[in-house]
Amino acid sequence: MGAIGNSVMVESPVSLASSPEQVAAAPRAKLRVDNVSLHYANRKGGITVALDKVSFDVPEKQFAVLVGPSGCGKSSLLYLAAGLSEATSGRILLDGKPIDGPGADRGMVFQGYTLFPWLTVRQNVEFGLKRRKLPAAERRDIVSHYLEEVGLTKFADSYSSHLSGGMKQRVAIARALANDPQVLLMDEPFGALDSQTRMQMQRLLLRVWERSHKTVLFVTHDIDEAILLGDRVLVMSARPGRIARELTVPIPHPRSMDQVMEPDFIALKREILELLHPERESDETD
Amino acid sequence: MAKRRSLLQRCVTPMAEIPRSAVLAVGIAMWAFLLCGWLILSNGGLVPPMFLPTPAAVLKTGWDLLQNGTLLVHVWSSAEVVLAGFIISSLIAVPLGLLMGTFPIVQAMLEPVVNFIRYLPVTAFVPLFILWIGIGEEQRITVILFGTFFQQLIMVSDVARQVPKDLLNASYTLGTSRASVLWQVLAPAAVPGVLDALRITMGWAWTYLVVAELVAASSGLGYISLKAMRGFQVDVIFLAIAIIGALGLVTDQGFRFLRFKVASWAQ
Repeated sequence: MGAIGNSVMVESPVSLASSPEQVAAAPRAKLRVDNVSLHYANRKGGITVALDKVSFDVPEKQFAVLVGPSGCGKSSLLYLAAGLSEATSGRILLDGKPIDGPGADRGMVFQGYTLFPWLTVRQNVEFGLKRRKLPAAERRDIVSHYLEEVGLTKFADSYSSHLSGGMKQRVAIARALANDPQVLLMDEPFGALDSQTRMQMQRLLLRVWERSHKTVLFVTHDIDEAILLGDRVLVMSARPGRIARELTVPIPHPRSMDQVMEPDFIALKREILELLHPERESDETD
Repeated sequence: MAKRRSLLQRCVTPMAEIPRSAVLAVGIAMWAFLLCGWLILSNGGLVPPMFLPTPAAVLKTGWDLLQNGTLLVHVWSSAEVVLAGFIISSLIAVPLGLLMGTFPIVQAMLEPVVNFIRYLPVTAFVPLFILWIGIGEEQRITVILFGTFFQQLIMVSDVARQVPKDLLNASYTLGTSRASVLWQVLAPAAVPGVLDALRITMGWAWTYLVVAELVAASSGLGYISLKAMRGFQVDVIFLAIAIIGALGLVTDQGFRFLRFKVASWAQ
């Protein structure tokens, strides 16, 4: 505990606990990834370094995107931030407090479909609110608001087996947002969808985010998606997973799909492509 | 519009759908074929009535035994034993199986023993149970308990293990605690699989019942069947077999209905 107190602020642990206002006053990241490494034993008896001393901050209300090739540890990083797995070393802080296990303050949308199949769409969105023991009337209002946000009011009483992939992910987004988390973690949520649905979902997420300005950490391997959605793109390299570069996306909100064709967008895309596939360049120059 | 394939063509196409009327028709035809075969063999005098009774004789015996009340006594005696053994077994196997599928430590502890025991034929234990428990109803209940419990345990633990881990993860990120995730996520997710496991093991419970009753009993369908063999009352044997089949079918349909009612989301 002493070490943690020291790095947050140079004061005694007692004052850390007693003056949260003071802590909040300092300009600081909502989510801070601090020197995080993740190693695991592989089948050959060796050690795979999934993440190697990764550090970055996500300021409040920022939409940050981690983009990288498969196997770069970007999803692992998200699971660490959610508290669903443990780092080998380093730590992740939410509002200055080290993360120790999962919690409702970090909502997550998973790559696979994770709706509870025995619950209706409405009951799925209500799930977290019930755990928080909100009164029924309040729950009902929140649920209808978020179902409206994702355009699924008409399907409120359907079971997930009757929904398409895109609809399931819309419910998952509504379910995570309804719980009003401090940070929304999204693990390639549109990765399994066809390209038409994926574009619809990106539009929907942009619209929802532009209204709510949640702090988001979004993982994808799709560069277009990263630039279109993100305020900031963190480009990762694979094996060991490291942050290769941080890029700010200069495109103002509200954004639309048309911006994919604009010169700013394309320049950024080229920069990321070159970071992810340095061999491409050398192929062309040969 | 393309020419539709004929019914015959569809019947010989692998995995092709056939109309519901065809499903019904061949189902009935199969029963009719078996009944006709029985009628020809018995009423036609091809097999002596001492070995194969006529359908009419079986029905008449059934009616007579129903009238004098003995049939229901034996049916109830058997059903009681099956239900008692099955319910006691399920009450322990379902929770324990869920724990076994959820916590690797419980699995590591139980699986080696359970996998050994479940390959032992329950019939091999009947002499032991008679020696230990006697030949009363408790002995028959024990045979059924022993025959179904270990199978149920393995099947239920498989069901629990197949619950996707990200369902648990999702519930954690929505504020569910580790303790309540069992009740909030694991148990409801396992309901359809558990009901399927119960439905299948119920069928086995009926099988073990007859094994138990053939060896040592003073009432029940297996018992009247054995007694009928000694008296060459082959019609009673046929009746007992038919009733066991019918009861099995009824309980099976009961479980299907239950699954449809409580877990319609899984269909």
